[in-house]
Amino acid sequence: MTTRHAHAAEPDRRRPRPWGDPLFRGLTAAAAVLFLALAAAILLELVNGSTLSLAKFGPSFLWSSAWNPVTGDFGALSSIAGTLITTAIAMALAVPMSLVIALFLVELAPPAVSKPVGAAIELLAAVPSIIYGMWGLFVFVPFMSDHVQPFLSAHLGFLPLFKGPPMGIGLLTAGIILALMILPFITSVMRDVLRMVPPVVKEAGYGMGSTVWEVARKVTVRYGVRGMVGACLLGLGRAVGETMAVTFVIGNNHRVGTSLFDAGNSIASALANEFAEAADPLYLSALVELGLVLFLMTFAIQGLTHVWIRHLERSAGRGL
Amino acid sequence: MRRRPARGRKLADLAVRAAASLAALLGISALVLILFEVARRGLPALDPAFFTALPGPPGVAGGGLANAILGTLALTFAATLVGVPLGMLAGVYLSEFGRDTRLGAAVRFCVNVLMGLPSIIVGLFVWTVLVVPFRGFSGHAGAVALALIMLPVVARTTEDMLSLVPHALREGALAVGTPRWRATLIAFRAARGGLITGVLLAVARVSGETAPLLFTALNSPFWPRSMSEPVSNLTVTIFQYAMSPYADWQAKAWGASLLIMAAVLTTSLLARTFARERVR
Repeated sequence: MTTRHAHAAEPDRRRPRPWGDPLFRGLTAAAAVLFLALAAAILLELVNGSTLSLAKFGPSFLWSSAWNPVTGDFGALSSIAGTLITTAIAMALAVPMSLVIALFLVELAPPAVSKPVGAAIELLAAVPSIIYGMWGLFVFVPFMSDHVQPFLSAHLGFLPLFKGPPMGIGLLTAGIILALMILPFITSVMRDVLRMVPPVVKEAGYGMGSTVWEVARKVTVRYGVRGMVGACLLGLGRAVGETMAVTFVIGNNHRVGTSLFDAGNSIASALANEFAEAADPLYLSALVELGLVLFLMTFAIQGLTHVWIRHLERSAGRGL
Repeated sequence: MRRRPARGRKLADLAVRAAASLAALLGISALVLILFEVARRGLPALDPAFFTALPGPPGVAGGGLANAILGTLALTFAATLVGVPLGMLAGVYLSEFGRDTRLGAAVRFCVNVLMGLPSIIVGLFVWTVLVVPFRGFSGHAGAVALALIMLPVVARTTEDMLSLVPHALREGALAVGTPRWRATLIAFRAARGGLITGVLLAVARVSGETAPLLFTALNSPFWPRSMSEPVSNLTVTIFQYAMSPYADWQAKAWGASLLIMAAVLTTSLLARTFARERVR
């Protein structure tokens, strides 16, 4: 009995505070669990906040084009369409451009150019989106209405996409501003991906007598293609939920049109423009449901990115 | 196998190189042009009154945005106070305890989800939990919204940076009887540069955010007196002033844009220098 007691007391002498580590571990675990709770709480609160609208409109909320705060009739079609259209324009412009710039920085430019320019692009990715919104509204919108839109309707006006008065604002302008905003972001991720292609693989290409373009196309791009898809998914996630860069120039209009010159709205811009002014419970509830739709969209993109990156990590032994 | 003649291949190479260089130049110069335009239009608005005076009535020249500058600093500071310690604790868990656990994997997924969450959704969430129940927009709500945006960024960089610290360092400390928490502090010191970089990047990201403040902190034309009422801030001011029809308000919005841009770029540059220290 006495010996056992002595054994139990011994660790206490050596470690005066045995509760330090459990406390530390518990504290960090609590902070970690906070993240689980947060993610759950966000989903819960969004569903909770949109009960009124969910009950009144049901699933038809998603494809109804109504948006009338006076009669209390709401539908998300114009917002969802605006979000998808501006994101599609932004991705269509930004992805090829980022690829070209990243290839230029990694393969073509001499180190004296690629180092500072690469660093500058990483910095540009940190510029707040409201700056792009300001520039878009005051500099780019007049340029669109004076030059780009008249040019497009003169040469491609037979398409319904480019019909309508050149107001400067609208879906097309919002998509272009969005493209400029995500361009540095996608570029810097793609540059990191391309830089991870082992030099030995490229040198093998050069050793066969390939030109720079052939090595870039057949070795570098092919080697890094999966990582580049990851970069695009990250950019997509940003573009879908971007608020300020879009809100300034999209025009805030809930009509569903056929022309890219039309003023429209995205989910994020509708929230930014209308939420603080909405007082009617059903109106607020419809806006929260818009938020829920956006949350689910970004969640789906996140899930896709997650699966894709896991897939990448698992096959890392066979290439990037 | 058919081979193209060498001259054709070389010509194609030259053409593509020229086109790529041109396109890259175009894209980069478009971005740089934006920065220049902001500087050109913003500089004239930055007179001494801009930093010291309250905003004047619309249409009347003069006045400043001192209250908004102060408010943005206060909101960012409060958000950092909440977001950095909590984020770091979670990052420590992920790197030291939850590396291969189920909880760790679940938390890591949530960190990614929160990182990709549009900032306006964060604002919406905080509105439902802090603005509606307390019947009013407040600086507290704004600071919490910004903190929620910082959390995943800080947690992620803390995890990444601690993972870079060699295990031998921790094992050495544990072997001489150091408790786990002291060993982690030693790892923290080793990862110092990277951690500071992470915090600075999170601060930079948050200080330029507008969307999460729109319906939490709102805005105010007065000095920020208390965090339990709406707090003036630069970014929402930019939004309101830019959308107004008054020329002097628009000029102020440009000045505020330049200020925010300069602050964010300086913070990011600072972060880069700390990151370089880590490499050394």
